[in-house]
Amino acid sequence: MSRSGEPLDLEGWTCPAPLRDHPTVVMGHGGGGRLSAELVEHLFLPAFDAPGLGDSDEAAGAPGVAGVLRQLGDAAVLRLGPEAADARLAFSTDSFVVRPRFFPGGNIGDLAVHGTINDLAVSGARPLALSVGMILEEGMALDELGVIARTMGRDARDAGVAIVTGDTKVVDAGHGDGVYLNTAGIGLVPAGVDLGAHRVRPGDRVLVSGPIGAHGIAVLSVRDGLEFGSAIVTDSAPLHGLVGALLEAGVAVSVMRDPTRGGLAATLNELAAAAGVGVEIVERAVPVPDDVRAACSFLGLDPMQVANEGKLVAFVRGEDAERALAVVQGHPLGVGAALIGEVVAAHPGLVVARTGIGGTRVVDLPLAEQLPRIC
Amino acid sequence: MCLGVPGRVERVWDADGISMGEVDFGGVRKEVCLAYVPDVGVGAYVIVHVGFAITTLDEASALETLALFRSIGTLEAEFADPLAAADSPPPTPPLEATP
Amino acid sequence: MKYLDEFGDVELAQRLLDDIRATVTRPWALMEVCGGQTHTIIRNGIDQLLPEGVEMIHGPGCPVCVTPLEMIDRALAIAEQPGVIFCSFGDMIRVPGSHDDLFAVKARGGDVRVVYSPLDAVKLARDNPDRQVVFFGVGFETTAPANAMTVKLAREQGIGNFSLLVSHVLVPPAIRAIMDSPTCRVQGFLAAGHVCTVMGMAQYGPLVQAYQVPIVVTGFEPLDVLEGIRRVLHQLEAGQARLDNAYPRAVAPQGNPVAQAVVAEVFTTCDRQWRGIGMIPQSGWRLSPAFADFDAEQRFEVAGIVTQESPVCRAGEVLQGLIKPHQCAAFGRACTPRSPLGAPMVSSEGACAAYHAFRRLDAPVAS
Repeated sequence: MSRSGEPLDLEGWTCPAPLRDHPTVVMGHGGGGRLSAELVEHLFLPAFDAPGLGDSDEAAGAPGVAGVLRQLGDAAVLRLGPEAADARLAFSTDSFVVRPRFFPGGNIGDLAVHGTINDLAVSGARPLALSVGMILEEGMALDELGVIARTMGRDARDAGVAIVTGDTKVVDAGHGDGVYLNTAGIGLVPAGVDLGAHRVRPGDRVLVSGPIGAHGIAVLSVRDGLEFGSAIVTDSAPLHGLVGALLEAGVAVSVMRDPTRGGLAATLNELAAAAGVGVEIVERAVPVPDDVRAACSFLGLDPMQVANEGKLVAFVRGEDAERALAVVQGHPLGVGAALIGEVVAAHPGLVVARTGIGGTRVVDLPLAEQLPRIC
Repeated sequence: MCLGVPGRVERVWDADGISMGEVDFGGVRKEVCLAYVPDVGVGAYVIVHVGFAITTLDEASALETLALFRSIGTLEAEFADPLAAADSPPPTPPLEATP
Repeated sequence: MKYLDEFGDVELAQRLLDDIRATVTRPWALMEVCGGQTHTIIRNGIDQLLPEGVEMIHGPGCPVCVTPLEMIDRALAIAEQPGVIFCSFGDMIRVPGSHDDLFAVKARGGDVRVVYSPLDAVKLARDNPDRQVVFFGVGFETTAPANAMTVKLAREQGIGNFSLLVSHVLVPPAIRAIMDSPTCRVQGFLAAGHVCTVMGMAQYGPLVQAYQVPIVVTGFEPLDVLEGIRRVLHQLEAGQARLDNAYPRAVAPQGNPVAQAVVAEVFTTCDRQWRGIGMIPQSGWRLSPAFADFDAEQRFEVAGIVTQESPVCRAGEVLQGLIKPHQCAAFGRACTPRSPLGAPMVSSEGACAAYHAFRRLDAPVAS
């Protein structure tokens, strides 16, 4: 677990005073009137506030990024520092509809913040600011919304990234799943950082930052109809610190991704296809926790196709691979990192695994969502 | 067909006349119907298919099978020319990887 | 995991492979009947580690893949009815019928749910007394005791809103059908371990005698499958045909009598269509007359839905090893993993689907 913030007490959260009149979300919370304003003022702003984050620049008439949210403008206007001069802007968005909303070790809010930070980070960007869009279902408990919002605020503060703008809409009961989240983020890619599939060459080695599958199995363990008991919790985490360490060390990185749905298998297939190369991995080298492997065994799933959040896959130049591994392993999020394979010129677009007993197999892209099988 | 996974019975109880149990699969626990293994007790290993234990795993047989595997080829290996063995290439060249 | 990891040991696998290489003097064609063993073979690349000339023909042993088109069409018709909660194992959900799959029904508002165990469906029925809950009871002999328990429980506990759509298939009649084919190439069988866990080995002795073909009851981990192959090859090279058990930790000769008794009470033998193969006489189980009131086909009046299998699909020949998947005119055109026609394209381990996945490989494709 990477989060340094205060532990979240699911039981402890209660909404500030004015919201107590409405223990659940009502249509008016998205109507733009007084109820909307109260929701923002008493629930979202306290949850998302990030005092001390970013430098205030009041002399210039603009707050630091941390103060932008409280301006409640139609748009967040951000002042960028001098380092922005040669940098390029990275811009990413992602929506989150996970079911169930709460799962061992986290909730949908963790995914919404980490997901967008990570999409920026693996593009080589230093994340600056996030937006949060919420689509709430009428009838959702405000206590629960409060926990999710506070999770997002905490994760963003821990990551040093401010939430600077947002929007809330409410849909009729039965037309949503409690809450859908969208986050968008911007970040700066420093001059000289060039990452992408076009950089990938045969001989590159494949690095994964730690054990895979825990997040996906944690979510599955509480899904309707599949419930099972385990100590597996999500290891959702923001990757920009780890990425920053790798780039600052001057390691020759070709491309990075953070595997999410579809797992490591989907990420490697996407990169193989985009770069027009083959990828060969050694199954025994892929770190999979024992309990995740056990859960996959009885559900009939392939750990390499199970979802992750907060794992880094990097293709690095062969000559830099050992150094890259040392740098990643030196970061708290990369202790369990491993080199799992390499890029080859053969079989372009295809990921091939050396199996545990020395055979080979094609690691295919999962066709759709992972479902437990009987055969 | 028929994914069947070995696990250890941790608890046994009766639910409306049906024998149920909690089975541990290497750190993952699942409720399993034990109606088809009536004599099973805590500590036994069972093979579970779609939430039902379909048999008790015979631990002695498991160890015998593994012992058989270990015995295969040992005679040939002892009498084989070690240099020839070292020269014979593995079926496929190993890939570079760290564990 | 205990009793799992040990049976994937690379060093012991090497010993078994060395013994296999030392044993084989000429080409042999073996069939693993069971889809679980096919999964192990593909997932571990076992077929490529075997000596040249030893061919593994992937048999029709995936219950999901061989479930006939018309049974899936009946499932879809039931799942679309208002007020129905339709429950299924996960791998059955995306197997297409003639127009749709259960996912598509769900997308149109149908209440389709994935369950891990058939008992979960009975619980859903108990918790939703105002809804009709239907479980899609597919599978081989291994799954039959679990599915049988649902209707027994429903009757005992008076859960009248539960019913079972049964499409059970049986292994021994399939082996018989394969051996009876005049073009049959199979010289030895790996029998499905978990089927024998339930049913025992008695049904296989007569098959060995009648066809003079070695049958070895085989488990599912990499070493189990290698050992099954090794024992069949030893028999073939010695000119023998015996029934052997390479999976004694899970298979007793008499099987599981408790499970057999419940299955015999609930189910009765019937003719069954196999997807992409055709009718095999006495190769299935359906609910016995005593449990007809729990038969979803009757309750929802879908038994009249009859669907013809694709006329272009040559799955039967592929499953017998007579042609390679790409020799079928439909392969990769009318028939893809996304819209499969026959059983071997439905599951990712099916011979056609595996070929489809490998088709971009420059290396020679394993048979």
